[in-house]
Amino acid sequence: MATDTTLETPAAEVVSSTAPKKKNKPQKFLFLRNSKAMTGLGILAFFAILAIIGPWIAPYGAGDVSKDLLQAPSSTHWFGTDHLGRDILSQIIVGTRGVMVVGFIAGIGATIVGVVVGVTAGFIGGIGDETLSALSNVFLVIPQLPLIIIIAGQLPTAGGVTVALVIAATGWAWGARVLRAQTLSLRRRDFVEAARANGERSWRLILVEVLPNLTAIIAAGFVGTVTFAVLSQVTLSFIGITPVSDWNWGTILFWAQNNLALQRGAWWWFVPAGLCIALLGMALTLINFGIDEFVNPRLRSTGLHARSLRRRGIRPRIGFTPVVYEAKEDRT
Amino acid sequence: MKFFARRIAFYALTAWAAVTINFLIPRMMPGDPVIALIGRMQGRIDSNAANSIRILFGLDKDMNIWQQYVEYWKLLFQGDLGLSFTFFPTPVIDIVRQTLPWTIGLVGVSTIIAFTIGTLLGMGIGWRRGTWADGLLPVTTFFSAVPYFWLGLIAIAVFAVWLGWFPSSGSYDRGLVPEFSWEFIRSVIYYGTLPALTVILSSIAGWILGMRNMMVTVSSEDYVTVAQAKGLKERTVVFGYAARNAILPQVSSFALSLGFIVGGTLIMEMVFSYQGIGFTLFQAVSSQDYPLMQGCFLVITLSVLGANIIADFVYAALDPRTRQEG
Repeated sequence: MATDTTLETPAAEVVSSTAPKKKNKPQKFLFLRNSKAMTGLGILAFFAILAIIGPWIAPYGAGDVSKDLLQAPSSTHWFGTDHLGRDILSQIIVGTRGVMVVGFIAGIGATIVGVVVGVTAGFIGGIGDETLSALSNVFLVIPQLPLIIIIAGQLPTAGGVTVALVIAATGWAWGARVLRAQTLSLRRRDFVEAARANGERSWRLILVEVLPNLTAIIAAGFVGTVTFAVLSQVTLSFIGITPVSDWNWGTILFWAQNNLALQRGAWWWFVPAGLCIALLGMALTLINFGIDEFVNPRLRSTGLHARSLRRRGIRPRIGFTPVVYEAKEDRT
Repeated sequence: MKFFARRIAFYALTAWAAVTINFLIPRMMPGDPVIALIGRMQGRIDSNAANSIRILFGLDKDMNIWQQYVEYWKLLFQGDLGLSFTFFPTPVIDIVRQTLPWTIGLVGVSTIIAFTIGTLLGMGIGWRRGTWADGLLPVTTFFSAVPYFWLGLIAIAVFAVWLGWFPSSGSYDRGLVPEFSWEFIRSVIYYGTLPALTVILSSIAGWILGMRNMMVTVSSEDYVTVAQAKGLKERTVVFGYAARNAILPQVSSFALSLGFIVGGTLIMEMVFSYQGIGFTLFQAVSSQDYPLMQGCFLVITLSVLGANIIADFVYAALDPRTRQEG
């Protein structure tokens, strides 16, 4: 397993005395044993399935008008209806696809750009590095959302894929910055030097020696970008830049805001969509916590609750980082 | 002073990049909506103003791109950002000048409050790791995942519509004349409370989390252990040793996340119809007022740069290493 051992060895490794000594079996899929990551992946899988099968299982068409105008949730319309009698639950189910597709296209795009820029900058060093890191810092400092708004606002049609590409084009900088820092630290390591001394070419050094050790950081950057992309896209739809016929959760909020759902007390109109966004965002954040704890053993123990720490006989104190036993076994 | 020289060079570069992006975007867009707009305004727009719009949007086909770029910079130095179509015939620069103080007030106050409270909370939680205080983390995760504007919608629904404690939109009582009087200031505070609280609630999570993680890392450093072992008071150890070092990354991430926060706050203004620059941008987008959109973006970016410079000064004051010569 390509564990990243680059982060400092913990100052004090403590194997809890109450923890049962396990056989020295290599721990596979350590990442998946993290309860935070599992919860996040579970929620994400739920939405992913919804995105695929959504249009078939939605009880009504997202744009189908009916005579039940602005009704509160009932057994026929679980999440109520809007001012045209359209079923909100169906809109949410159908809209999931729009959100997920844009999130992932933007995430993949931004990650590719980030990896190329970040790893290149870190690896080549010198003037090329200066230029590329200045470029990514510029993109970091310029406020992204207004930039996305003015680009998308001037496009004749701002459909899902277009928005995703715009988000990718503006949101790659953070990943590039983190990757550059890590590549800088990796490229003088002994194993890279050894490979270089063996006469390996640069592209092979990057692809085979450096990149595998960046997997966790790339994954974390990807998840972070997806979160950002989802939020941006929903925001764009909410302010009415994307076409209103493209259903996603932001479109629902756009209709709700423009038809005074707040003033009419139609809470069912805007609460579910927001909760779905929050749920998806939380799932992605949890996955990122999982990755962080997987990479950095110091944070791993902080994932434990106070109670389970006490049960294991670990008392967190100053100058002392309890490291849970999984970390130790993974290292051997 | 090498630190400052580097930073100033970087900000100059960023400002140049922002202006150039602003110059390039309308020229790369397919179709020409601006020509249509000028056509619609035919006769109402004087030739001088039409000319500056042509330069801003690159409609003069007999100039090459380099000449256009030079002309564009000339206009910017004169403070000419074109005329707004929505608020015809007000120059964009005037609209921006009216709305910017509101945004700076709202974003500035709420960001500083969120940063201060969040950092203090994160410090406490990080120091007392493994106690009940960790229970706050999932809550903050939830709030950081919620889009700003949705939290704003909920706040309006609960506090303005349902409870009726605060007004749901606007930035001061329309019956009052904007002047420097106690009554007017009270009205501004009253109208600003709900948007400010929403901004604080949604941005505080990031500060708590960042500070907590830094405190966890720093509190296992040797110098903290030594300070503890010397028998210094807990207060001294926390503030003088641990927090003093943990806050540095917090300040530098303040600079980097400012753009993100400002983006979220602009949307918040749209929800609350708060008359800042975000609401103006929203109006510009919905009425396809391109000069106003461009102007807003430029001013927002330059303001964020200004705030970044301030953050750098704070960083330099906190970290003596940056002040070392050479």
